[in-house]
Amino acid sequence: MTEDAAGATAPALEMRGITKRYPGVVANDHIDLDVCRGEIHALLGENGAGKTTLMNVLYGLARPDEGRILLDGRQIQIAGPSDAIARGISMVHQHFMLIPVLSVAENVILGAETMSNAVFVDRHEASKRIASLAARFGFDLDPDAKVGSLSVGQQQRVEILKALYRDARILVLDEPTAVLTPNETEEIFALLRRLAADGRSIVFISHKLYEVLAVADRITVIRRGRVIGERKPGETTEEELAELMVGREVELTVDRGESHIGEPVLRVEGLRVADDRHHEVVPGATFEIRAGEILGVAGVAGNGQDELVQALIGLRRCIGGKVTLMGRDVTGLSPRRLNEAGVGYVPGDRHRFGLILAFPVYDNLILTSYYRPPFAHGPIRNDSAILESAAAQIERFDIRTPSARVLTSTLSGGNQQKVVVAREFDREVKLLILDQPTRGLDVGSIEFIHRQIIAKRDAGTAVLLVSAELDEVMEMSDRIVVMYRGRMVAERDGRTADKSEVGLLMATGGQEGAATQKEAWA
Amino acid sequence: MSGPDTIQPPLARARKAIVRAIVASAQPIAEPLVAIFLALVVGAVGITVFSGLLAGHSNFDIGLPAAAYLALLGGVASPNGITSTLNYSTPLILAGLGVGLGFKAGLFNIGGRGQFLFGTVGAMAVATTVGASQSSYITVPLALLAGAAFGAAAGFIPGFLKATSGAHEVVTTIMLNYVFVFVTYWAISGPLSLPNAHQPITADVTARNAALPIIFGDVQHPAYAGILLALAAVPIIWVLLYRTTLGFEIRSAGANPDAARYGGMKTNRLIVLTMSIAGLMSGLAGATTLMGVVQQIAPGYDTTVGFDAITVALLGRSNPVGILFSGLLLGAMRAGSQTMQVQAGVPAELVDALQAIILVFLVVNALRRWLDRRAAKRGSTPSVDAGAAQAAEGVA
Repeated sequence: MTEDAAGATAPALEMRGITKRYPGVVANDHIDLDVCRGEIHALLGENGAGKTTLMNVLYGLARPDEGRILLDGRQIQIAGPSDAIARGISMVHQHFMLIPVLSVAENVILGAETMSNAVFVDRHEASKRIASLAARFGFDLDPDAKVGSLSVGQQQRVEILKALYRDARILVLDEPTAVLTPNETEEIFALLRRLAADGRSIVFISHKLYEVLAVADRITVIRRGRVIGERKPGETTEEELAELMVGREVELTVDRGESHIGEPVLRVEGLRVADDRHHEVVPGATFEIRAGEILGVAGVAGNGQDELVQALIGLRRCIGGKVTLMGRDVTGLSPRRLNEAGVGYVPGDRHRFGLILAFPVYDNLILTSYYRPPFAHGPIRNDSAILESAAAQIERFDIRTPSARVLTSTLSGGNQQKVVVAREFDREVKLLILDQPTRGLDVGSIEFIHRQIIAKRDAGTAVLLVSAELDEVMEMSDRIVVMYRGRMVAERDGRTADKSEVGLLMATGGQEGAATQKEAWA
Repeated sequence: MSGPDTIQPPLARARKAIVRAIVASAQPIAEPLVAIFLALVVGAVGITVFSGLLAGHSNFDIGLPAAAYLALLGGVASPNGITSTLNYSTPLILAGLGVGLGFKAGLFNIGGRGQFLFGTVGAMAVATTVGASQSSYITVPLALLAGAAFGAAAGFIPGFLKATSGAHEVVTTIMLNYVFVFVTYWAISGPLSLPNAHQPITADVTARNAALPIIFGDVQHPAYAGILLALAAVPIIWVLLYRTTLGFEIRSAGANPDAARYGGMKTNRLIVLTMSIAGLMSGLAGATTLMGVVQQIAPGYDTTVGFDAITVALLGRSNPVGILFSGLLLGAMRAGSQTMQVQAGVPAELVDALQAIILVFLVVNALRRWLDRRAAKRGSTPSVDAGAAQAAEGVA
């Protein structure tokens, strides 16, 4: 790398006045961003604030309407991703671009093969370079392992290794921690610091406040396509960042108040559930939830939570055990019977189970009650009653939509989730099953949904809260159970539980060492 | 990128917004219209290329496409053209509504051919057995009912197979088409055949009091009452889809079966029901065709309505009103094709080619939309299998 006079003093990357308009929205409105050599620069903003658009501009995926990009003080035009890579800009996407059946080394060199001659790849040379890179930055990776056999965290490291192999000087990571366990998050942060110490520049995109405070040297907050402020971690707080991000004061911690716990509502005894491949992934769950109580289930995704929840709402057959709701045996009832018995459900994958995106909002609000009066008279729909009720729910649950007739797909993620919440919360429910109720949502929507949950609890509803966000489980629950490989391995009081202990239990299931962690991902 | 700012004056922006609004509101019909237009263009090129061949010399006749299309239009506009447009459109609309209903439920019914033929057998069976002993006020409705019931039975089978074993309806309906082709062959040459005919042939429906009444036109060029049935079916299917809870279930199951199941809908039952209704519509198409233009059938009787109905449904974007218009359009093309052949010397089969080209354009566009949706989904959905909490020690 040669450095001319300008490059010596100028930031590694400067984006000046970047503006990108899409029909009806200005995704980026004169955004300025500079990243120094050896700096971890966090880009903080809610979903839809324009972070991804800005990075697409940088990566050559989108052409800005206005603005300039300077690399080492020299203005450049980025024609596309391959051009960006050639200039030393690499991106690690949320969804990995890896080929599972190929080895780590093969994935790393893919597209940038070192050729021994015109036909054959010089594997030896490639392995040598990978090994030296891995050693230099402390990667714990076997170059010959198949990528498909790696944990998510390791796959992410392969992506980073890929970028380094291409001599990336500017590395963009788009929400890198969304898929990681606590330990893996810690490891990736350590790796990022080593990369920065090596003089590389890192752009770290996130909407998680504590993360950017933990890892960044500088934080740029954007909201609605504009830069709202720039802070240094030492000179700011989570509260201030949240306010910058959302544009108003936000309650970051849930004011959960006193719980008034009553009679048992749900009793699960020895429930056994198999997954689609007939593996028994829940080998006998036993627990109880009382009225006015929130039971939090903590666990790394893929430890049987999905199957347990699906069994409880009637979407999956139980192969054994018994479920009692208000003293009545409801084992194996259909989703509709359970719904009628007073079970509400907010699915983890709202696009798959919670909503029909191609339908207008009002149709989604009656997805479970469309057949009942007042929404239907016999076989005929009563559209005026449906629209009337929709308008009331939109008002009450603060769903930001131009009207109830708008297609649900056009709403933001937070408002889509509010549609689900309105449908499930706005009636007499005995039991609410919440699967990742705030996943992928912005701070404002999370706050709103948490308040709704607390209000339901105070009304005497029993709540089962399954979440991979340990913070959410810790803040909301009266009791916490840790689910590990289908078993509830530990139970803690929600108000006194120690977060790092629960985190460790999630990762190891209470056994010494984390050797089995990898299998939990399989 | 360092060019001058391109700030638009407010007027230009408003104009742009208006254009966008018009485009947005016209979009649902724009795509079919563009497909039709492009098909006509491709057809014109084809006619020109083969014009020399058709006329027996080697020159290209650039005027021939215009002449052919004008002759086609002229053929439709004649009194004879109008009645035959209605007759051709009747089964296309009926079966098209069935296919469109299937699309709404996420089902691809390619079994229209078999359902149509089995419906024909049902109607003919009534004509043969009840037949002349009753007045046509009894025989005609009975024959139509039988056609509908036979068609529904033919549609029930693939629906049932899918609901119970997951067998894909595309595969089973295609296979069942052969079954019903031969069942029909057997029925016509056996039980439904006139007893003392030289060759197997059924009775004439008119002789059995099972012919549809003629609503207008002379005996040479009649318009049969079947079109009334098709016209009545359009609002019925529309109400079913958009005003009943069953329609809501059908559309939900088609748009997102997982969400429908969670919403308490019995998706397997819906599959069986929808396939049965689709079969019913094709069966009615078969019955009205038999009791209208065909009258009498011999072994080997077959139809392309089952496949044409797929084009009709796609061109109408599965909307009952759209299907009405696309059914009339394709019916009109068939009605005008003979005039085109006689007057311009362009083979009537051009109409088949046009229809196929329309289908190609529609399918290509549907594919593009599907790919766009998939790409958008990948880009925007937060990682579904996102894992794992953030423990305190990781960030402290």
